[in-house]
Amino acid sequence: MGLTGRRWSILAAIGAFAVFGYFSAAYGKSEGFGGGIYDPGQLKPTDSGTTVKNGDKAPDFILPSISGNKVTLSEYRGKKNVILSFVPAAWTPVCSQQWPGYNIAKEIFDKSDAVLIGVSVDNIPTLYAWTKQMGELWFPVVSDFWPHGAVAKAYGVLRDDGTAERAVVIIDKQGIIRYIDVHDINTMPRLEDLSKELDKLQK
Amino acid sequence: MSILNCCLALAAVSFVAIPGLATASDSLTVDAGALAGHRLSVSDNAAAKDYLGLKGTDTFTMPQIKADAVIIEIFSMYCPVCQAEAPVVNELHQLIEKTPSLKGKVKLIGIGAGNSAFEVEVFRKKYNILFPLFPDEKFAIQKALSGPIRTPTFIAVRGYGGNGLKVQHVHIGRITAEQFLKKAMATSGGK
Repeated sequence: MGLTGRRWSILAAIGAFAVFGYFSAAYGKSEGFGGGIYDPGQLKPTDSGTTVKNGDKAPDFILPSISGNKVTLSEYRGKKNVILSFVPAAWTPVCSQQWPGYNIAKEIFDKSDAVLIGVSVDNIPTLYAWTKQMGELWFPVVSDFWPHGAVAKAYGVLRDDGTAERAVVIIDKQGIIRYIDVHDINTMPRLEDLSKELDKLQK
Repeated sequence: MSILNCCLALAAVSFVAIPGLATASDSLTVDAGALAGHRLSVSDNAAAKDYLGLKGTDTFTMPQIKADAVIIEIFSMYCPVCQAEAPVVNELHQLIEKTPSLKGKVKLIGIGAGNSAFEVEVFRKKYNILFPLFPDEKFAIQKALSGPIRTPTFIAVRGYGGNGLKVQHVHIGRITAEQFLKKAMATSGGK
């Protein structure tokens, strides 16, 4: 291919990227999700006032999951440590990779006798279609859609625009909050940080 | 296969717009100079040092790898396509190691874009990956690419003396081991 051809290719590629919004913030984009990931651009890192703190009793909830069951937080009391992974919204860049990452790291949760619950304010059909692109998930994904974001609100992680923070909450077997990370929405929480916090829990 | 490959759709659309753009791979160019300058650490990885033929060095750049050709996979442990692709890349590695004319001459490495050492290790263990993987927590590899990092991206390079590299082949998205190897080893110098 000559230089002119090459130049055209690059221009064409830039055009294609621009049209389909492929230019995005500085993170790796996974070649998946049928090209359906919406890029909201750089967002305000956090946009809520956390209302719970370490040592508090975790607000209980019953939420529908994508598998059709209901998930009740208090049912894990005395049995399992619980990690709540709040994500802002389905079909957005960082979230679309966070849970697939957890999906190959089950051992990290198992070693601390912990269960992971993925929480999103999206409705069930949206969550179903989205998580299907992630492969088979070993953990439940629950919908905090209605009353909209009520659980996110109870944990103080509902943002002003109705999405949730990218937040990780660790709840011990007594139902007490041990760790809260309301993360910069634009970046991935590090897996080793979560692993270290899980190591501190009573197994 | 529930995971779709968006680069295929992109290629199709681009092809209609400008007939010269035949493959998705054309949409990304690799800066050989920047890639050659990308520094990786093997300080705590004797197996990687051995495989890559590096002696007495804690950090290295790709032109220092003892090989005729190096295949680089830019991946992320968080990327579901990279997860699905891991067995295929292992197959590629096996194919190289089992072929006498390639063994020792073609080396394979992975760069975990945005991944910490811990995260790369989770990926390595999960898929029992036998070639070296390197963390790139701050997306340093971005400086070698003309567009945003998309994972997985495969880059085949050859050394041409000094500290330079020649980019032989670039592919975004899923591969088949034999076909990729054929393109990586083509003597024409790529596209």
